[in-house]
Amino acid sequence: MAQALFNIFVFPGFLFVAAFGLAAEYIDRKLYALMQNRIGPPWFQPLADFIKLASKEDIVPQHADAMVFKLMPIIAMTSILTSFLYIPMWGSNALFAFKGDLVVVMYLLTVPTLTYFLGGWYSRSVYSMIGAARSLTQLFAYEIPLFLSILAPAMLADTWSLSGISEYFSTHPWAILFNIVGFVIAIITLLGKLEKVPFDIPEAETEIVAGAFTEYSGRLLAMFRLAIDMELVVGASLLAAVFLPFGLHYGPAAGFALYLVKVLFVIGLISLARTIVARLRIDQMINFCWKVIAPLAFLQFLLDLILKGVHN
Amino acid sequence: MPEREVKLTIGPQHPMLKEPESFLLTLRGEKITDMTVRLGYNHRGIEKACEQRTYIQDMYLVERVCGICSHSHSTCFIQTVEEIAGLAVPKRGLYIRTLIAELERIHSHLLWVGVAGHEIGFDTLLMYTWRDRELVMDILALISGNRVNYGMNTIGGVRRDITTDQIPQILSAIDKLEERTKYYIQVGTEEITLRERLSGVGKLSKEDAIHLGAVGPTARASGVDRDVRRDDPYGAYGELSFDVITDNHCDVYGRTLVRLGELMQSYKLVRQILRQLPEGPIVVKAPRKIPAGQAVSRYEAPRGEDVHYVKANGSDKPERVKVRAPTLANVQVVAHMLKDGYLADTPIVIAAIDPCFSCTDRTIATTNLDNGRTDRMDWPTLRTYGIEWYSKQGIDFTELNRKLRTMRESN
Amino acid sequence: MFRPGKMTSQVLRSLFKKPATSSYPFVKTPMPKNFRGKLRFYQERCIGCKMCMRDCPSGAITIKPVGDKKFVAEIDLAKCLYCAQCVDTCPKKALEATPDFELAQLEHGKLKIVLGEDAGKDSKKETK
Repeated sequence: MAQALFNIFVFPGFLFVAAFGLAAEYIDRKLYALMQNRIGPPWFQPLADFIKLASKEDIVPQHADAMVFKLMPIIAMTSILTSFLYIPMWGSNALFAFKGDLVVVMYLLTVPTLTYFLGGWYSRSVYSMIGAARSLTQLFAYEIPLFLSILAPAMLADTWSLSGISEYFSTHPWAILFNIVGFVIAIITLLGKLEKVPFDIPEAETEIVAGAFTEYSGRLLAMFRLAIDMELVVGASLLAAVFLPFGLHYGPAAGFALYLVKVLFVIGLISLARTIVARLRIDQMINFCWKVIAPLAFLQFLLDLILKGVHN
Repeated sequence: MPEREVKLTIGPQHPMLKEPESFLLTLRGEKITDMTVRLGYNHRGIEKACEQRTYIQDMYLVERVCGICSHSHSTCFIQTVEEIAGLAVPKRGLYIRTLIAELERIHSHLLWVGVAGHEIGFDTLLMYTWRDRELVMDILALISGNRVNYGMNTIGGVRRDITTDQIPQILSAIDKLEERTKYYIQVGTEEITLRERLSGVGKLSKEDAIHLGAVGPTARASGVDRDVRRDDPYGAYGELSFDVITDNHCDVYGRTLVRLGELMQSYKLVRQILRQLPEGPIVVKAPRKIPAGQAVSRYEAPRGEDVHYVKANGSDKPERVKVRAPTLANVQVVAHMLKDGYLADTPIVIAAIDPCFSCTDRTIATTNLDNGRTDRMDWPTLRTYGIEWYSKQGIDFTELNRKLRTMRESN
Repeated sequence: MFRPGKMTSQVLRSLFKKPATSSYPFVKTPMPKNFRGKLRFYQERCIGCKMCMRDCPSGAITIKPVGDKKFVAEIDLAKCLYCAQCVDTCPKKALEATPDFELAQLEHGKLKIVLGEDAGKDSKKETK
């Protein structure tokens, strides 16, 4: 019981994910700045931002639905934290793994987008409502390719559990190479889920101020921003667990270090993608996702299907 | 299921606008069905302030109409005054004025490329172009003593000379900038996300551009072949050769290409100027009291055609100064361009006319709260209204008038 | 050839270059010698003609007599435009523009400075 509480609140639960999230935001911003030939923030910047926001007053707009407005950041943080408990870090077993936890993790990662939508919609300000509507519209475009690209290795490994995928690939390492297309697709759609350029349309600063977060301030905004940071870490860990599952049997210390390297690699790719392209318009994004990304995801799925048939 | 119409106000404070202005959009989903523009948030009373200061003081006041195109306003004003006074500026002075004008055009267009990148979410382009712009700012600080608001002009010529050791520094900065601009032209034409965001957006046909009175790169990107530097040469442009860049895309992408092309032409012009720089004096002595007369002068600012009118009455203060900035001509076009456009295109379309609302605001519309009427007051009406209002507050003007008369007589 | 990420090679190279930002205030970039910053007043050359006061666009400079044919210049650093018109106008070249631009103060009163010796007991010398 004490062990479970320790796992949920400290490691790999709340404190670890929060600290790792803040560190990941620092690394992302520092890489972004260095690639733009400037210096960037110091290491304590995300922590300082969080403390500053948490110490300010939260203002609830008069016409907003106060209960939903205040509840959404908490639900966002909770669902992301819960999904992290099922993702294997080192070794091939996550702490609370069970059959079918892949579906649960994907579902729990969709919940934050719904909270952005509900929080923005119930703020009842024009900017928030437009941002919230864009958030859901974007969800329809990237969700299917993301699911498919994660499902392809799962189908190859013949299991619905993330830990099972890691187990399968650690015994068949050559199969990782067949999932490269899926990896690329997963990175691109993960940019959509995390709402980073080129898919940061719901939060376009120059068009709709801050999208769904326009009316949020103080502690609620601090929680939302922490949720976004944690989503970055959880998404990167998920990709590392599904697409880079090698070197899992080196024991806890070396395995943890390897895990950190993998997650930082994925975060580095996300920062690079953020730097080199401009933001797309919502109709261009939907076109691109349905005409280019979804067929590629189907292709990856077919590839794994053929591979499975050949293997058996 | 029909979507509801939503009214969205952009401004006066908004992350997309660098300067305050109010755009009221009517949206249906993401499509814009109607748009109205309200100006006047940056009105500072510069034209009135010019009437109470001498010509020498006015030089600095008019220069500060805008920070980015400060030399444009200053030169245009000085040209008008010199025409009334009948002064012939020596050739070296004209060449130095033109050199600063072209350097200002370079810095303004590089600034625009960065701002356009920021508006479409491409912050990397912003950081890179503004890093390269520092080269031009350093050269301008070297020549004129300040990075903006150069203060190079004086009535009858320029205040500072170019020394021989400054010329190699200018040329090496221009070489570096030309190489970087060629890279940005490559990025602009090959980067697919840029082309997707900039093409087909903010369409303005050639007939509409002429009919609505667009000026500058906004009009030239629609194929309208007008450039004051070639059509009505001022400064040293009569003796320099350059091409006027036009484009037929008629959209924001065309405007980007026009501005990048003008950057290359400016590098060519700067090299020509430094090669052909004649010897001689840089200024003629100008009288303090300008004889009576009036004149209009035009100038090709980085944003378009800048028009100044000055009326002199023989004293050392002008009687009337009028400034028509290029953005005032271009802002009428924005509403036309955004009809049936997307909300997501609003930032880049507004940024594509290169708005400088500080230059623009010369009038304000007042709404009478008692009877809801909106008037535009002209100067005599505003003056009478002010005097009546203060008299109602119990302020007696006789003492003030006496003091003013004594001050004027002692000067 | 259209492709996304045209700037990738430049961006990756920038990762290993020195940043273009200089860490002011730990690293100061000096301005060129003829930069128009704070004024310098040569008291021995001033004849008190007050032509600088007449030409100043914002009325920032005031020439005050402090004795027999000696003058001091009172400058309001907040009003001064740093246009150096007074430098050009002065017939005796008693004013000069220095490249000093770090003039910020925390109190408004400290921005009114008096230049010249014998500035008097109530001169507010500017402090850093």
